[in-house]
Amino acid sequence: MKLKRIGYPYFLWLGMFILIPLLLVTYFAFTTGDSQNFSTFTFSLDNFKKFMSPIYLGVLYRSVKIALISTVICLILGYPIAFIISREKPRVRNIMVLMFVIPMWMNFLLRTYAWLTLLGKNGILTKVLEFIGFEGVSLLYNDTAVLLGMVYNFLPFMVLPIFSVLTKMDKNLVEAAEDLGANKVEVFSKVIIPLSLPGVITGITMVFIPAVSTFVISGLLGGNKSSLIGNLIEQQFRYTGDWHFGSTMSIILMVFILASMALTSKFDKDKEGGGGGLW
Amino acid sequence: MVNKNLKRLYTFLIFAFLYAPIIILIIYSFNDSKFRGDWNGFTLRWYIELFQDREVLRVLYYTFAIAITSSIISTVIGTMAAIGIHGIRGFTKKTILNLNYLPVLNPDIVTAVALMALFRMARLQFGFLTLLLAHITFSVPYVVLSILPKLKQMNDNLAEAAMDLGATPFYALRKVIIPEIMPGIITGGLLAFTLSIDDFVISFFTTGHGISNLSIYIYSMARKGINPTINALSTLMFFSLVALLLVINNRSEKSEKIIQERR
Repeated sequence: MKLKRIGYPYFLWLGMFILIPLLLVTYFAFTTGDSQNFSTFTFSLDNFKKFMSPIYLGVLYRSVKIALISTVICLILGYPIAFIISREKPRVRNIMVLMFVIPMWMNFLLRTYAWLTLLGKNGILTKVLEFIGFEGVSLLYNDTAVLLGMVYNFLPFMVLPIFSVLTKMDKNLVEAAEDLGANKVEVFSKVIIPLSLPGVITGITMVFIPAVSTFVISGLLGGNKSSLIGNLIEQQFRYTGDWHFGSTMSIILMVFILASMALTSKFDKDKEGGGGGLW
Repeated sequence: MVNKNLKRLYTFLIFAFLYAPIIILIIYSFNDSKFRGDWNGFTLRWYIELFQDREVLRVLYYTFAIAITSSIISTVIGTMAAIGIHGIRGFTKKTILNLNYLPVLNPDIVTAVALMALFRMARLQFGFLTLLLAHITFSVPYVVLSILPKLKQMNDNLAEAAMDLGATPFYALRKVIIPEIMPGIITGGLLAFTLSIDDFVISFFTTGHGISNLSIYIYSMARKGINPTINALSTLMFFSLVALLLVINNRSEKSEKIIQERR
């Protein structure tokens, strides 16, 4: 078909705005010099050496840890609700799914910011906690607040893929298992969970990637002590002006994520996404 | 029945968690106090001030100008790209698909700094143009990904038949292919619009010269405390988007019924 030629402008666009920028960042990562003046660049691995110090590795470790914890919480909270929704009648089901999407229509920074009101000294949640007997619990500007912000923002990304796999699932399989004498627990653990695994994996990646690289949630709710790798990258590009070191951290983050993607996609053979099979 | 009540309670708690901040924002947009936390009585002051605040209106203008322009351009580019990708095979197709998937998988901040580096090297002035280019770049992949499945479902012989019967490729595209993949194009366009209007990270790194969208404006105000006019603005935007959603939903339900009746 001659029509395939109409894709060419975009192929050019991909090269210009996706491939070249990434190559540029890689180039920055392996050089040092004045970030504003390309003629001063010299090849070096100093940025990587700098990153290998306990401070920066510690931040990376903390970011990965917090992202993992929030992913696990999202999974624990999200799976049951996805399951409940998938068992509803189609009409109720559609409304409930919509209710997961609607919050995303309000600016996410503002929604995260609203947690400051809920968690602050005079906030409702703090008052409730004080009422129950937890005096002087600080919920703001610490890792707990960051975790809460992540779970809040990314929970729909866990629920929606799991839900869509659960609704597409062949109900006859569950009935067959029951007819063959499986009890409820067995049906759940041997039929439903294994069949919903692709959705779970999509959910995990969709929560983990934004969680590990965020700088907004930690910036708004975490205060100065809760810097994550995203905050470090932001600082290098926006304030410190050391684009080389910032690029090095971006590359490390990207390689880390793509590697973990490649690992998880091994478990996910039955994928329908748009990737050509590399990830 | 305990089980059923437990389910109800759990569902309620999850939705309460999701909607608590939104309810708080809406309530505080009617609060007669500049500071969050204390309630001083009901007022419509912020809604009136909103329409007198030139800066907020400018931010609103840029947010929508960028979202509308970038979603239209990305829908056009994405539709063409998807049809093009559908027509090719083998290694080239794999490479293109992987490149297209990269901005979806990559953390926003990496895409953002990469584009920032590109614009700096190309000596572009940071502002509306760079912001627009960045938004198109991160939107097109999603448009392509929502159209490709529709192209797969389409019968390729339809376009061939049209051309055999004398249609020019462009005519076949307009009269056969585009109508077949229309639902994908609409989903892609809406997705591009939503992504653009809600984007912060990539916009933050690729804008300049006083051009901010709503997210950047909110972030820059966050340290000093957010002006309640922003709460008012978001409340208005939120309800208009929900209303729009209901209208679209209603329409698509009706058209679905019509299609079903025809069949």
